[in-house]
Amino acid sequence: MTRPVDPEGRAARFIALEMHESTHDRLVWGMRHNRDKAVAGVPEWEDLRELASRIKDHTLTHLDHYLEEFEANAIRLGTHVHWARDAEEHNAVVYDVLAAHRVKSLIKSKSMLQEECGMTPYLQKRGIEVTESDLGERIQQLADEPPSHIVVPAIHKLRTDVAALFAEKIGTDPKDSDPHDLAEAMRQNARPKFMAADAGMTGANFAVAETGGFVVCTNEGNADIGAAVPPLHVASIGIEKLIPRARDLGIFIRMLSRSALGSPITQYTSHFHGPRRGGELHVVLVDNTRSDRLGSPDFWHVLKCIRCGACMNTCPVYRRGGGLSYGATYSGPIGVILGPGFDLSKYRELPFHSSLCGSCTEVCPVKIDISDQIYKWRRVVAAKGMLPLAKRVGMSALGATLAHPSLFHAAEATGEWALAHLPRFLLYNPLNPWGKRRELPAVPKQTFRQWYLENRRTS
Amino acid sequence: MSARDAILAAVRKNLPRPAVPLPENPGPERKGVKHGLGYKEHLTRLPEVPGAPDVNEPLLPYFRRQLEAMGGRSFEAADAAAAGAKVADLFPDAKVVCSAVPEVPGTRTIETVRDPHELNDVDVGVVRSPLGVAEAGAVWLTQADLVVNALGVLSQHLVVLLDPAAVVETMHDAYGRIDLAASPYGVFLAGPSATGDIEGVIIHGAQGARSLTVLLIDQTSR
Ligand code: SF4
Repeated sequence: MTRPVDPEGRAARFIALEMHESTHDRLVWGMRHNRDKAVAGVPEWEDLRELASRIKDHTLTHLDHYLEEFEANAIRLGTHVHWARDAEEHNAVVYDVLAAHRVKSLIKSKSMLQEECGMTPYLQKRGIEVTESDLGERIQQLADEPPSHIVVPAIHKLRTDVAALFAEKIGTDPKDSDPHDLAEAMRQNARPKFMAADAGMTGANFAVAETGGFVVCTNEGNADIGAAVPPLHVASIGIEKLIPRARDLGIFIRMLSRSALGSPITQYTSHFHGPRRGGELHVVLVDNTRSDRLGSPDFWHVLKCIRCGACMNTCPVYRRGGGLSYGATYSGPIGVILGPGFDLSKYRELPFHSSLCGSCTEVCPVKIDISDQIYKWRRVVAAKGMLPLAKRVGMSALGATLAHPSLFHAAEATGEWALAHLPRFLLYNPLNPWGKRRELPAVPKQTFRQWYLENRRTS
Repeated sequence: MSARDAILAAVRKNLPRPAVPLPENPGPERKGVKHGLGYKEHLTRLPEVPGAPDVNEPLLPYFRRQLEAMGGRSFEAADAAAAGAKVADLFPDAKVVCSAVPEVPGTRTIETVRDPHELNDVDVGVVRSPLGVAEAGAVWLTQADLVVNALGVLSQHLVVLLDPAAVVETMHDAYGRIDLAASPYGVFLAGPSATGDIEGVIIHGAQGARSLTVLLIDQTSR
């Protein structure tokens, strides 16, 4: 059995860094707050959610058809279409394309799929220089850490951390931690790399079957530079990214950035249909366990995810513990339900890294039943006998009580206040390792325990 | 079996059941359609949302407000001469002004550019957009408008000419008007390049253009 990642230990180390924890909490909660404001400006929001959810349901229940339609249309536009069953095959396909074009250096924009496949180390081992161009992603690359958030990868770092890192790696003044200066330094550092790159790589937010093209959303425009300057553009696309019609983009684009950051749209919403003038375009359609997931009645809905990060921003456990605590490519509630599907043994602790407060399900723009899926993964883990003893008493106590419907609904009813304040109670109660370093709650230990034991018998 | 056939076979074997029918996407059509999507349709349901459009408000002020919220700015230009003067006025120190529009000649025309790398020294790029989207504060640009796509992202500053009559309400309207497959590249550009990656501080000019200026000028002003 694979040694599991240890989310509690990692979270405890993050929480111990007081400034980091409080800043992270404030910033991430701020994104959730901005999301609410943006959503309030779209009165038909619930109609959009329902449509988005059903369009994704439809696409996934007809995925073979839409993959073939996308492929045929993409080829017609002059795009080279490749397929990859798993991470290894994806990396090999990408390497073959790059090697055939004698690519020495590559500039890439953020792609969680390429992260998932471990593509960068694979290519580097084979002599290709790979540079991340998204600022947050580049910070993480220089720090030799995975992204801690799927939208803002370095959100767990303070400006002083970035200043120290840039001073060491790209020679900036260690005393200058003004974010404007740091961003400018990175712009100056990255531009020559864009100019010298032999290829640009991107992911994709959506792939449109009807047109055979794909959409990449960024705020920096870095994907656009990577696609527009080097002669070769390679995009990795998970097979779940398909949507049927071009006009469906209206629904998804209206929701994506509002859910993520609270802006009506990302600064750049870029559509790629065939190679640009003088360029060459390759796409790799990647399965990597997605088709397995499709066959699971309990868990296939996770494939509807549009990677907006709203569930992470609202999650009390994520906000306090930080994304790196999950020890997985995807963190937050979406990571909790994706991780075990990749490797149950390794990520068996993740379903317990949640308070099951249900807020993630509420904010999800495509209506994924996230908290139900977390609960179901707990049962899968428990059924396999993979729970360590401490978990059965401590962690699952918290989980089980909060999974109880009446408590769950009470939490829902108390709304915004509860969400902002409930975490203090949840996290600082003595049964919870995340709260260990903090003040004890008003609830006496004995009472809570007794109450839990009662509760367990009746649930 | 090829990867392609293996993946398609695995997908086919595992398709979730029951199959869900494709919902109609009502798009922006409002008249006579019950569930049209778009802000005017729903204005009566809008509570007091700051910055939200007013029921009787024309589209343009809303577009300009949203563009500003995204970090862009806009000016009215009466004719080609005024547009050229505005560019000179806004960017007095610009050495290289690369233009893809006849209204503003600049110092270099995009047609003379053979390779995108030649655009690395551009201070100001000038292009024309055929479509603006009010709710997003965005302009639509394709390879046909940019000629060399890199002009939109390598220019230090970008100026976009837009006919005020070409502004639509929502993204639904916008997607109803464009033919994606007709151009290898098309971008909705809402303000300049931006990042919030260091402690959430919004910074313009992350990798692409440092500023985005929309000049509102009639298409017929040429
Ligand atoms: S699960 Fe939902 S809320 Fe979370 S990232 Fe995916 S789409 Fe966004």
